[in-house]
Amino acid sequence: MELFRLKNTVSFMRHQKAALVFSIFMMLTAAITLYIDKLNFGLDFTGGTLIEVGFEKAADLQKIRQVMNDNGYPDAVVQFYGSSRDVVIRLAQREGVKASMLGNKVLNTLKTGTGQSITMRRIEFVGSSVGDELKEQGGLAMLTALICILVYVAFRFEWRFALGSVIALFHDVILTVGLFSLLGLEFDLTVLAAILAVIGYSLNDTIVVSDRIRENFRKIRNKTSAEVIDISLTQTLSRTIITSLTTLLVLAALFLRGGELIHGFATALLFGVFVGTYSSVYVASSIALALGISREDLIPEVIEKEGADQDQMMP
Amino acid sequence: MLNKYPLWKTLMVLFIIAIGALYALPNIYGKDPAVQVSGLRGVEVNAAMLDSVKSDLTKENIKFSKITLEKGQILARFFDTGQQIHARDLLLSKYKKDYSIALNLTPATPAWLASIGGEPMKLGLDLSGGVSFLMEVNMKEAIAKAHQGMVGDFRNDLRNEKIRYRSVKEVSTLDNKNGVKIVFRKPEALTAAYSFLKKRYRDYLFVENDEQLSLLVNMTEQKLKETREYALQQNITIIRNRVNELGVAEPLVQRQGQKNIVIELPGVQDTAKAKEILNATATIEFKMVDQEGDLASAINGRVPASSQLLYDRKGKPTLVKKRVMLTGDHIIDANSGFDEYSRPQVNITLDSSGGSKFSNATKNNIGKLMATVFIEYKATDKKDAQGNLIFEKHEEVISAATIQARLGKKFRITGSDSAGEAHNLALLLRAGALIAPISIVEERTVGPTLGAENVQLGFQAIMMGFGLVVLFMLVYYRAFGLVANLALIGNLVLIVGIMSLIPGATLTLPGMAGIVLTVGMAVDANVLIFERIREEIREGKSIQQSIHQGYEAAMSTIFDANITTLIAALILFAVGAGPIKGFAITLSIGILTSMFTAVVGTRAIVNAVWGAKRLDKLSI
Repeated sequence: MELFRLKNTVSFMRHQKAALVFSIFMMLTAAITLYIDKLNFGLDFTGGTLIEVGFEKAADLQKIRQVMNDNGYPDAVVQFYGSSRDVVIRLAQREGVKASMLGNKVLNTLKTGTGQSITMRRIEFVGSSVGDELKEQGGLAMLTALICILVYVAFRFEWRFALGSVIALFHDVILTVGLFSLLGLEFDLTVLAAILAVIGYSLNDTIVVSDRIRENFRKIRNKTSAEVIDISLTQTLSRTIITSLTTLLVLAALFLRGGELIHGFATALLFGVFVGTYSSVYVASSIALALGISREDLIPEVIEKEGADQDQMMP
Repeated sequence: MLNKYPLWKTLMVLFIIAIGALYALPNIYGKDPAVQVSGLRGVEVNAAMLDSVKSDLTKENIKFSKITLEKGQILARFFDTGQQIHARDLLLSKYKKDYSIALNLTPATPAWLASIGGEPMKLGLDLSGGVSFLMEVNMKEAIAKAHQGMVGDFRNDLRNEKIRYRSVKEVSTLDNKNGVKIVFRKPEALTAAYSFLKKRYRDYLFVENDEQLSLLVNMTEQKLKETREYALQQNITIIRNRVNELGVAEPLVQRQGQKNIVIELPGVQDTAKAKEILNATATIEFKMVDQEGDLASAINGRVPASSQLLYDRKGKPTLVKKRVMLTGDHIIDANSGFDEYSRPQVNITLDSSGGSKFSNATKNNIGKLMATVFIEYKATDKKDAQGNLIFEKHEEVISAATIQARLGKKFRITGSDSAGEAHNLALLLRAGALIAPISIVEERTVGPTLGAENVQLGFQAIMMGFGLVVLFMLVYYRAFGLVANLALIGNLVLIVGIMSLIPGATLTLPGMAGIVLTVGMAVDANVLIFERIREEIREGKSIQQSIHQGYEAAMSTIFDANITTLIAALILFAVGAGPIKGFAITLSIGILTSMFTAVVGTRAIVNAVWGAKRLDKLSI
């Protein structure tokens, strides 16, 4: 079976300007939502206590809120988690109370308060110093990843490609983070992991395309840079789409079957793979082109000997 | 001839997959309910103990499938959990004092497989249920302690060398590098002290200040590092001992970074008790009781400058000299027992430097009262400017006893009211050996139901993702799709095999997500190759040429693309903790194995089936 048998070269670069405007618009939107709404950081980063309890019957959130309020936890955030029998309660850091003992206390309060038999599914307590450290480390991790990749690609290809792919990665990261900010989804450690995986994936894509561009610059001599890039993108298009498809398939499985804990992770990756595919075509290659990539940059300089291109006459 | 692998290469591929399959095999056997018996506080589990456990179980008619003594612990396996609980209760009632008895699920790996090192993957706490703690060692306090030691040492040395000084004390300098400052009265004393101390302590940096007649002493970076390292290591050792008293099967105590310790207690549900035991960080100081001072006026606020007022647990006040004779970090061992008149006593053993210090300190104080002060650091929820937790100091007199003779490395404290009290005192003394206080900064508890659910969800996601990809590849690439699918199966087998084989690797829920992601991305290499082969065929090359070219041309792309993903995964591994590390591990392993199966593995099959033949058409 073949889905994309393209006879003619698709002129991707003709839409370069429109794509550029679109990308800048999207990135600006992401930056603005990030500025206004910030990120809904999860427990890993904010610190505090989270208690997940399972009820026998569908839980009455109103009642639980009441119980929490009556017992001196007016700041408790009570939500369903995945199903109506599964409830998550979040508490901020508290002064004075030994935070590490809070989980057990709340559990007892709920047991007596609701009169239902409940099971402890999960208690998490993160001190705020840990959260701050994680935020710092997370940011550092992303930065380190981007720099390492920049160096590797610059070393293996050329600085224009390296810059193009790193800008593409930055584009993917900011759009994914922006999505989380826009939808108010919780940003926790697994999401951070997913974003690093998005970096890996998007780069994968970019490299495949760049590799082909380099190859074609060597093979095709009488075309402009834009044309060579178009040809390369067309040739790799079917691979790009199929790989994205298989990856999206498994991510859909993860999204649908992986459970609540993995939801944020799957969401970030689903969106990231989508954006990453787009960016490897339009952002990375466009930037390399805009920076003036040309044949000469990608071909090792060979000093041609006089007559080397002529047939040899041998005795 | 094109597309022909030498025999050894095909055999090597088969061999590697077979080894992977062999070590993945233990995962398909279930787990047996078991009870684990291990010794507490240096008690050894031996063959005699094994026999008595065996006879106990037989007497009570509890059937066990197998009972062994391995790695210093007894492991009794049972047929069902009912018998397991029954056996645990029985053993607990008999051996509670000296042994830790824990419920455990032991892999039912056949003996032949276990003998070649085969064991199932270790599950992370999010899959097995249990509690994990992240504890932070208070390094500031550790350094301050070291400074106090320096102050004492300098005073002794200067006194012995007859160099007169005005004061020796810990100071905090402007650049936040604390040190010890010695102030002299005369310039000659400064010079003499400088040359003497500099020779004696090579780990310290000395800065003279002629105007102030002072000497500022700092630890070298190396020494600071050693001090921190020592504080961390000592905490780890002590926590290990405490965790053993909790009676948990397969606990994990591990350092993380510069100042943190990770503790994982699988299967533990009662976190309150665990926390109490872990959190009771404390130190001990031996000080003389100030018997000249007026206790009554001290209570009214007039405490002599060299003394302080402390209370015991019952609220009885004691006036204690400020000077520390000995700190708890010199205590090697403390245990309770009975003296020759069967009165409870606590036996204490010090290290050699502690012994000589103590001997010096007690020789002039025979017949006087010595107080043992227990100092606890309780973490508050407040933080200082650097974001470190602030600890509050609680001091308590736990014993005041008369020094009967000059004391050395081994001595005892008598006068406890009961054996229980002596036991408690011994426990406190041992706990007091900690040199730096620690506190819980992170805690995650996962209930058993959620753990089991997570395993199921993760497994379902892997199967569903795997099924979808396999189906797609089969439809899209037909025969070659089948080849890619075989490689994908090989890849899964290798991931599981390697995960089982690496001792430190644990499978977590994000780790399972990593496997799912790998499944989706692993076929990328095959897609690249197959698309290239199609292209070459379209360009009119011969089938064999096309296969050959397809693999060759895609190779460097596959390599580059995977290396960069690996970079991201490795960075994640370095930064992430717990479950996230699990994701980085499976992703990294998956990338490496997929390169092998998708390139070398599929090539072996393709060469064997289609290679070196005249072909007009290819099912791709």
